[in-house]
Amino acid sequence: MRRFARLFTRLDSTTKTNEKIKALVEYFDLADRGDAAWATYFLSGRKLRRLVPTKLLRQWAAERAAVPEWLFEESYSAVGDLAETLSLIVPPGSPADDESLSVWVNKRLLPLRTMTPDQQHAAMLSLWQQTDTETRFVAMKLITGAFRVGVSKRLITRAIAQHAGIDSETIAHRLMGDWEPTAAFFSGVVDPDTDDTKISRPYPFCLAHPIEQATEPDRDGGAPQAAVIAAQLGEASEFAAEWKWDGIRGQLIRRAGETFLWSRGEELMENRWPEIEAAAESLPDGSVLDGEILASELDPQGGVQAVLPFSQLQRRIGRKRVGKKLLSEVPVVFHAFDLLEREGRDLRPLPFRERRLQLTELLDRFPHPHLCATQLFAQQDWLTLAEKRETSRQHHSEGLMLKRWDSTYQVGRVRGTWWKWKIQPYTIDAVLIYAQRGHGKRASLYTDYTFALWEGDELVPIAKAYSGLDDAEIRQVDRFVRQHTRESFGPVRSVTPELVFEIAFEGLSRSTRHKSGVATRFPRILRWRHDKKPGDANQLNDLKALLPES
Amino acid sequence: MVIYGTTPSGSPQSISAPHAIALPEPLIRQTPLGTYCAAGDFYIDPQRPVRRAVITHAHSDHARWGCDHYLATTSSEHLLRMRLSNDADFQFAPYGQTVHHHGVQISFHPAGHMLGSAQIRLEHRGQVAVVAGDYKLGPDATCASWQPIRCHLFVTESTFALPVYRWPDADQVFESINRWWRDSAAAGKCCLLYGYAVGKSQRLLAGLDTSIGPIYTHGAVEKGVQAYRDSGVKLPETRYVGSIDGKHDWSGSLVLAVPSAHGTPWTRRFGAVSTAMASGWMMIRGPRRRRATDRGFVLSDHIDWPGLLEAVALCDPDKVWVQHGYTAVAARYLCELGRDAVSIDRSGRRGEEEEDGSEIDTAPASPPDRGDATP
Repeated sequence: MRRFARLFTRLDSTTKTNEKIKALVEYFDLADRGDAAWATYFLSGRKLRRLVPTKLLRQWAAERAAVPEWLFEESYSAVGDLAETLSLIVPPGSPADDESLSVWVNKRLLPLRTMTPDQQHAAMLSLWQQTDTETRFVAMKLITGAFRVGVSKRLITRAIAQHAGIDSETIAHRLMGDWEPTAAFFSGVVDPDTDDTKISRPYPFCLAHPIEQATEPDRDGGAPQAAVIAAQLGEASEFAAEWKWDGIRGQLIRRAGETFLWSRGEELMENRWPEIEAAAESLPDGSVLDGEILASELDPQGGVQAVLPFSQLQRRIGRKRVGKKLLSEVPVVFHAFDLLEREGRDLRPLPFRERRLQLTELLDRFPHPHLCATQLFAQQDWLTLAEKRETSRQHHSEGLMLKRWDSTYQVGRVRGTWWKWKIQPYTIDAVLIYAQRGHGKRASLYTDYTFALWEGDELVPIAKAYSGLDDAEIRQVDRFVRQHTRESFGPVRSVTPELVFEIAFEGLSRSTRHKSGVATRFPRILRWRHDKKPGDANQLNDLKALLPES
Repeated sequence: MVIYGTTPSGSPQSISAPHAIALPEPLIRQTPLGTYCAAGDFYIDPQRPVRRAVITHAHSDHARWGCDHYLATTSSEHLLRMRLSNDADFQFAPYGQTVHHHGVQISFHPAGHMLGSAQIRLEHRGQVAVVAGDYKLGPDATCASWQPIRCHLFVTESTFALPVYRWPDADQVFESINRWWRDSAAAGKCCLLYGYAVGKSQRLLAGLDTSIGPIYTHGAVEKGVQAYRDSGVKLPETRYVGSIDGKHDWSGSLVLAVPSAHGTPWTRRFGAVSTAMASGWMMIRGPRRRRATDRGFVLSDHIDWPGLLEAVALCDPDKVWVQHGYTAVAARYLCELGRDAVSIDRSGRRGEEEEDGSEIDTAPASPPDRGDATP
């Protein structure tokens, strides 16, 4: 366990990719396969769920440290991380004999789940007694299920690939989907001879790069914009273009008479989209489609009329099972835009043009109302596409996707093959009224803000935003918050309404849960409007005017 | 426990603090300009220029420019003259010697924060107040160690007054600093060690293992090192980075620099580097990562949580005033322990920009949570 804690510290204390890979490879080289499997499990963001209620952990740690509950909460608020607060507040112990990571997990951590609270209490006290701060911190991270370290899946994949001497695409594929962190599993991951056969396993998703212009408001539009895109991407004829849909990215697998629908977060979405699972049954074995799950309006013949806004789809998100009423009110369709496997053959090395051809061919032969191919725009120039993009909102789309006709299907976000050309966000000038301290790297700085618009002479909160300021600006706002606090409610401070920010967001919908009556989607700070006074901020009515009809 | 008071000759003697006496006029009070003693008509560490200032230590948030008259410890003379205008009227007194002023007895006692740092003891009509300034418990090779003083009123700082701040043993910290230097030197790298220019850097310097390689200094650090040497503190040999002309092989050496130098073009000359920050704020992962240095060493010149509780217990005052930092938290907890404690500043002034090499301040928010504060 100390070696794993050491690895965590090394990964945590550097931002350099090469140093991280080096630390990981050194770990994998020395670890036995059981440990390596668990390390991979945790480093790729998987968790042991519900081991000990955090409420009890707080209580026991406070007791052990002889501090009252309020003081524990003050400390937590300053540290910004529960596991870290727990490990710092309890006086350091004296490390006992060390055991390996897998022994720790199997003998010390997993059994916590079935213990009575008294047994858990005793187990925690002995754990604290036997750990130094470093090991204890990692143990508490695992127990609270908040283990995160600045390591991407891609990085772990590269490290394992380097350790095993196998190409990283193969490793990435083997790490997809559901697996048990056992020595046998890890042996499979690093085995050069394994012929990968697991039927549920999805392919790693290919992700699109944003076109930089899309992140700034591009008010010029039209010809100048087309010129910028042309300069960045080259000939329009090299690209396929289609709507960028705002739904749920999914990979639909039909193999050996079974269906698997994976989300981009590698979650298996079982029973949540029954019409899509039904549609997949019409596909032949050995088919894998990449596409977007979208709430769709169907015509009586079962054809897709239009895509419904995300707020409709949202009604079905998070439901583990869907009732009949919702099924008929919000039908969903899998809009496939790529074909990754056909008749059991991996198509990813083929150019996009070829994959698209095979996709339409396949769906023509096996039609189903809840399964369709996305529509590619007819060959166009950048100017026409730029104008098309301006109409995105009318189609409930977020902009355009551009994909190189000759590109293979790549792993992750590889520059230059797939581009997303999003529409300019909505923007509004709002006043900072509440601030709260951030977590993690932003712990103890005021970085989580609530913004408001005017309704008469009252400021009504409309959005919370966390991102968009650089470090220097965050510090300035942090100082402002400290100096202009009017009231504190727990971790939240209300401040004198003085600072005005331009807030960008992707969409908005009516809401009964918000005081303003409006919910914004993906709000973030676009810029600090030093030039504006609070009185210059927008009215709530200005925001409501942006609401879509219906 | 030995309790130190002083006579004009400077020899320590035991003072029995007359706890029974009711407080008539308070000896000191808190004003927007700083802590003020009406009987003696002077300020302690005033925020703005005043006629008479009594200074705890030479950091610029305590020793401010522009006063007519300064009274400070003899051992802080070089540092103060470096910092403040030489035109001012300075008066210096050694630790333990009493200065009589308008019937107030003023004396300085080691605070252990940095060279020349002092707790200021005031006595007037049987009342004893101690303003500790910034202080820490435990040994420091570059300054005299903090001593407890029995008093009626104790004014303490609270920069790190949360139970998560518990300093590791300083010798072990120096061991890990030297290990980091040795390992980096073996890898052909130059070490950049960041700490506040005056106080922290010299304490770091005193703990370095000079057998590993040569030690260089950033300009601001060099000035502080010089003032320490002028004051008679023995420190390892250093060279000012700016004195090196042309191509130079920096691998294996260690450079002491101020935190603001991190990531600037100035650091490019050193080639392959490993960077580290030494500060109490390095205890917490968030600030450590925000600094984006390769290593963070927990080394502070302020009291930690157990230190604060120990100091208050040893001084055993009737009343505690808490300033600078987690004032409300410390005051509330001391009250729960049965002390009469109040917070005397609400602003919580220890910010990341502040010169203590500090990182973030966190003035405490008060419970309970109100859920409807945000949409």
